[in-house]
Amino acid sequence: MDFLEWATSPWGQSVPIHIAWFLIWVAVIAGLLFLIVHAIYVMYFAKAREFAGDASPQVVAQIPKRIPRHSLVARLFHWIMAASMFTLLFTAFLPKVGVQFPWVTYHWIAGTVLTVSIVFHIIHASCWLDFWSIWPDRIDLDDAWKRVRRFLGMPAPPPQKFAKYPLENKLFHGVIILCGLSVILTGVFMMSRVRTIFFPRNPYLFSDMTWGLMYVLHGLAGVGLIALVMMHVYFGLRPEKRAITKAMIFGWMDRGFYLEEHDPERWKVGTPSSSPTSNRVEGRGLTDAG
Amino acid sequence: MAVIRDVMPAFELYQPTSLPEAQKLLEQHGPDAWVLAGGLDSFDWLKDRIKKPKAVVDLSGIEELRGIRTRGDGIEIGAMTTLTEVMNDSIVKQKYGLLVQAAELVASPQIRNQGTLGGNVSQDTRCWYYRGGWPCYRAGGNICYADTPEGRNREHAILHADRCVAVNPSDTAPALIALDAKFVLRTPKGERVVDAEDYFIGPEIDITRLHILQPGDLLTAIRIPSTWAGAQFYFEKVRDRNVWDFPLLNVASAMVLSGSMIGRMRIAVNGAAARPLRLKAVEDAVRGQPRNTATGEMAGKLSVQGAVPLQFNAYKIPLMRNLVKRAISGVEEATWTS
Repeated sequence: MDFLEWATSPWGQSVPIHIAWFLIWVAVIAGLLFLIVHAIYVMYFAKAREFAGDASPQVVAQIPKRIPRHSLVARLFHWIMAASMFTLLFTAFLPKVGVQFPWVTYHWIAGTVLTVSIVFHIIHASCWLDFWSIWPDRIDLDDAWKRVRRFLGMPAPPPQKFAKYPLENKLFHGVIILCGLSVILTGVFMMSRVRTIFFPRNPYLFSDMTWGLMYVLHGLAGVGLIALVMMHVYFGLRPEKRAITKAMIFGWMDRGFYLEEHDPERWKVGTPSSSPTSNRVEGRGLTDAG
Repeated sequence: MAVIRDVMPAFELYQPTSLPEAQKLLEQHGPDAWVLAGGLDSFDWLKDRIKKPKAVVDLSGIEELRGIRTRGDGIEIGAMTTLTEVMNDSIVKQKYGLLVQAAELVASPQIRNQGTLGGNVSQDTRCWYYRGGWPCYRAGGNICYADTPEGRNREHAILHADRCVAVNPSDTAPALIALDAKFVLRTPKGERVVDAEDYFIGPEIDITRLHILQPGDLLTAIRIPSTWAGAQFYFEKVRDRNVWDFPLLNVASAMVLSGSMIGRMRIAVNGAAARPLRLKAVEDAVRGQPRNTATGEMAGKLSVQGAVPLQFNAYKIPLMRNLVKRAISGVEEATWTS
């Protein structure tokens, strides 16, 4: 079973041309298996979560009723990115599984939208938001170790509540960065092989081998995104995560969920005087990383 | 690479004698099966060892795929009917002379004796990068060697290119579109009848095929209704040499006049894109117009709107403009005045 498809270039060199398309189904099945296994685990085996100590009453008293989580700009970015990502996945893979339509133009336009939105996000998150809030810190790693030990039945103190984003969310974001940047960087170069409004076609920009590897990386990251998007949508729809999904629509989460899941010391939010529906993003911890 | 000629790769040869038998074989072998009609396209591929099917299903022994029959108010031509048989058929000559004009300009007499109507409309493109076995888009790769500044693309597409710029080489296809023919397909799901223009697809839909046939499907017959029987026909093929050559461009039209005005018209060109193009905008524009030079020029200009020439095929734009003009106003009126 070959995971890549190869061809012989006009110069007699064996070069990869793209991934084997059965990997689409591998990604779909892997995504589905993850959902099924996770759903069964949560339904039948998962124990109630325990966290170390609650916040002090003084701190709790200062927590507003609605916790601003995502600014309007960040939410717009998220949904534009989601729309372009779905368009990219459908236009890329539906033709490969037999649903034929003129997909190339939609694909590069959606790719352009995604690229622009990602560039915007990088600048926005780096300059205006708390860039580091989406990256794992030492506490996350310590807590992850505690959670693993407790999962395996070994003695360990309960972990702390989460900062703005749980470690799983941060790791998912990291994998999305890897896949997303891979498809974007390769995709931008691949646009020189089709007719677009941006630059003249130049299929000889790189050697056949470099092009082949680029197509393979684009394909691998693409099928990876199928599974990742399936997981993302699944968690977005799970009942216990609904508050997080709602926050991506309305911008805020309620106080109860915040106190249950998040550590006010690690994710500092405004005082009750803050406007609960404000779209302003102020201070540490109000970053949005999708 | 096309280096070993005349030594075909090994394959299982099947010679069914009935349509159900052929269908069963095609379904059984799926994408590994190769349908052999007249063999004029197939043997190039096989001898060049570029296509290496595991099974070849030769349709020449199926009698029901041959012959020309009247059907309702029109005719039905079996897909395995040779081009010579089509040209010599009295009903085709009398009512559908456009198809005769197109068929008799295909290649050479020997090839027309062997080549079939089904094969002529289903043949693959002649892009030499693709025929040479290079790993281009059409061959499943990720590049078009013809659509590059250095590419030899004199024969390639000026319209509807989408990564691949190869063109459809059939002469009979535009004639059948102009005659409003229907193609009869046998698929694993049953019989399917499609309009001639819908039989062909461009690279934007499927970059590896020129028609809609999937593995297991078979083109069994072509039906021509009487809608355009006896109309004024025009077929012109432009090629580099006068015999045995594929078209650089061809045009086929059927026109019904109402006095000196064009009552209705169907017109199609081939060699301009990966599929024969029915010029619907031209048909609409000339309806109710006088058949004269001005209408022809207007139609010619309209026909090439959106054309994007490659490095070496810009000549196809005025060529197509002129062919369309001639199809509408007649050869004697064809001198371009603008």
